[in-house]
Amino acid sequence: MSGYRPEGLDDTFSTGASEVPVAPTTTTSDAARGIGVVGWLRWGWRQLTSMRVALLLLVLLAVAAVPGSVFPQRGQDAAAVARYIEDHGAAGELLDRLGLFDAYTSAWFSAIYLLLFVSLVGCILPRSRQHWTALRARPPRTPRRFARFPAQGEGSSSDEPRAVAERAAAVLRRRRLGLPGYRVDVHDEGAGVWSASAERGYLRESGNLVFHLALVGLLVAVATGQLLHYRAQVLVVQGEGFANAQASFDSFEHGRAFDPGDLVPFTVRLDEFESRFDPVTLQSRDFTAHVTVTEPGGAPAAATIKVNHPLHAGGAKLYLQGNGYAPVVTVRDGAGEVAFSGPVPFLPEDQVYTSRGVVKVPDVSGGQAQVGLVGYLLPTARQGGPEQWFSVDPQPEDPLLVLAVWSGDLGLDEGVPQNVYTLDESGLTQAMDGDGPVTRYVRPGETVTLPDGLGELTFDGLRRYVALDLRRDPAVGWVLAFALLALAGLAASLFVPRRRIWVRATPGEGDQSPTTVVTAAGLARGDDVGLAPEVERVLAAVLGGSGPDGADPVGRAAAQDAGG
Amino acid sequence: MAPGDLSTLLVWAAATAFTIALFAYSVDLARIADAAARPRQAARTAAAAAARVPAMAGAPTVGVASEVAVAQATRTSDATPPTDAAGAVGRSARAEGIARATGLLGVVLLFTGIALRGVAAGRWPTANMYEFTLVGTFVVTGVLALLHRRRAIAFLGVVVMGMAVLALVLALRVLYIRADAVQPALQSYWLVIHVGVAIAATGVFTVAFATSVLQVLSAARSEGRSRLLAPRSGRLRSLTGRRVTGPRFAWLEQMPGAARLEALSFRLNAVGFVLWTLTLIGGSIWAEEAWGRYWNWDPKEVGTFVAWVVYAAYLHARTTRGWSGRRAAYLVFAGYAAVLANFTVVNLFFSGLHSYGGIG
Repeated sequence: MSGYRPEGLDDTFSTGASEVPVAPTTTTSDAARGIGVVGWLRWGWRQLTSMRVALLLLVLLAVAAVPGSVFPQRGQDAAAVARYIEDHGAAGELLDRLGLFDAYTSAWFSAIYLLLFVSLVGCILPRSRQHWTALRARPPRTPRRFARFPAQGEGSSSDEPRAVAERAAAVLRRRRLGLPGYRVDVHDEGAGVWSASAERGYLRESGNLVFHLALVGLLVAVATGQLLHYRAQVLVVQGEGFANAQASFDSFEHGRAFDPGDLVPFTVRLDEFESRFDPVTLQSRDFTAHVTVTEPGGAPAAATIKVNHPLHAGGAKLYLQGNGYAPVVTVRDGAGEVAFSGPVPFLPEDQVYTSRGVVKVPDVSGGQAQVGLVGYLLPTARQGGPEQWFSVDPQPEDPLLVLAVWSGDLGLDEGVPQNVYTLDESGLTQAMDGDGPVTRYVRPGETVTLPDGLGELTFDGLRRYVALDLRRDPAVGWVLAFALLALAGLAASLFVPRRRIWVRATPGEGDQSPTTVVTAAGLARGDDVGLAPEVERVLAAVLGGSGPDGADPVGRAAAQDAGG
Repeated sequence: MAPGDLSTLLVWAAATAFTIALFAYSVDLARIADAAARPRQAARTAAAAAARVPAMAGAPTVGVASEVAVAQATRTSDATPPTDAAGAVGRSARAEGIARATGLLGVVLLFTGIALRGVAAGRWPTANMYEFTLVGTFVVTGVLALLHRRRAIAFLGVVVMGMAVLALVLALRVLYIRADAVQPALQSYWLVIHVGVAIAATGVFTVAFATSVLQVLSAARSEGRSRLLAPRSGRLRSLTGRRVTGPRFAWLEQMPGAARLEALSFRLNAVGFVLWTLTLIGGSIWAEEAWGRYWNWDPKEVGTFVAWVVYAAYLHARTTRGWSGRRAAYLVFAGYAAVLANFTVVNLFFSGLHSYGGIG
């Protein structure tokens, strides 16, 4: 069995079957000197595909994965990264240049895992070729001496050597526990000596190769998914809906190979949103969004979206990622014209849904200022003192809007996209009275006048909204398939025993004839506690019923340690 | 009494049982150390004992080397009751019996406590750090009970019981939160599969880790290396007696050899690694359902990945020339450190999608 073996692989199983002792492999840097570019390349390739380098790369990969969880990552929280760089000045910028805020897409991280995969492929492909040959090969011939094998046994039988060897072959071929038996050859070794050589557990190496190749498949599937995926976020207020098109999304990103024109134009409408909370701890217990989905060419259909239960539509999945309240307000300007009317989503900031938001009112009649109303929605408001309000329950038992009033130029006319949840206060002045800033408190159905003749605001009612994530990754099924294949391969490579067993029947000498001396030996790949019992079992079955001696084979296996 | 309170009480009871088992294992270990530390005396006793019971022990004839006699005597003491003269040498059968019985009692108590916790919360009890620690301890002690079905390894008992007591008391004093239903993100059957498998893997890795520690100590002693705690200055001189080659570690000679321990550690680590892989895959499937991304480089995911890669390195190291044995065991230490850090440091100091620990 002189086939390919990765540099540095300690494999007594392959080498143990041959009669010659293992010679240390002769590739060192000395051997590579003076053999030109090709020689160096070959040497480099041998190094890269060696066990030691694979080991080194694995350890490096583990170490390189750590910084990404220590520093904030752009992929997860771009705002945190910006904050971090701002707080740390030059050091932050240096870290940024080193790619520590995009650790998992950085050059150094990619280099490590790509090298690891090259090393893996360079190691696994030749091994697969060799295993393919081994799969069709016969078991190795019976070695002359059994002394060096980790499991041995002997006994004697009154049968002819040939009959003993053939009985051994039959015993070894038998299926046990539904698993395939050994692949067996019977040899006539001359001078009346017969032997059986057997091998099993080819699945172990198959599993090993399948595991490694499945990892390559996994990487390819993940990369394909990156190319073909899209992900979007959209906020939907109760009673409203959206179409699956780029224009309706709040955010949209897609892989290079995905054309946004290929978005399946289904529509989703949020009919109702239910939430349940623990009455004591106020922890969330259930969120359910009732929606109506209309696929292109289909009839509207009712559906629900829950956490852990995404909705499938148009090849994409819709996930319920967040929810909150959108107070419906109407603002009339100083001239009595309706300047703004509609729901305004407020973002919850704590467990009791104290929500912050901004109402941006454009100027509709001539000579009016733009108005920004910024403040909080308290779903169940309680007063703690003068000007002190807080919410005690996430459910809208007693909603209250608490707003500060700003006026001036909101920048709505420039057409520059702006964050709808924050107010840029430059160019604005806050309405004040004798005590300080003006605060307006308003409950549903109430109307309050705004200071400085800015008009009036009506709190028409409260609606729920949901934040949905849309995602399509056509490769996700492949990712799962390769992951499960890797798991199956791994289990086979660790738990299927690979064994060779030899049984030799030699005619007895002198006064021992006509008895036959039976010896057996076993070799396993890796640690195999079952090997010695297996040799004993086979020997007992071969000798069974063939005489008083045969019933008690002498197993020496237990006395021998498998060694370091 | 409400099931939740009863559960807490049972966990305290289990911690008590494990403490008793810890003591008993320590006594057992001390006896073994004692016996091994006085080989001459033991040899004399053994020779006397061997002379008294030649038929039973199949004792060697007078005049064999004293080491053989010692080995023989130890084996004899296994078979004879402790009241016998030879029984005083080596392991204490009574301490070992107490250790095994209380250990098993603790496992049963802990199991009942966990089950009642599930009843009290009305769900599968693996949702927060407190419950994770309880179930993890249950798996570890259960694996120990399984390993000790045939023969107790006192050192392993001391390490595992020590960790179990520590974990339970920490869980009760620091990690405890009221039994309650869970938030929508955790309402999935994957809570059973993903977290359950993760706990099982952690438990198996724990026992494997203890075995590897034993392996390294044992190898160091048999090779005469004592670098582990070699005194470098006068201040450390008091530790001289604790060198691995010193008399305090004589009990190591009564353990299975380093090679056998390594093989045991590997078998456990192999099972742990497959379970860990299943944890990763199950977690990815759940993440895909819950968050819309099967992999997000969340701190918990990174921690799991790092531990997986380190254990993968360990499996490779075992088959690499020059890396098997002690060096591979160092990778087990690194991998187990990653597993522990992933449970503690990541839960308590990093905020991410996996922030369900329940500790503010």
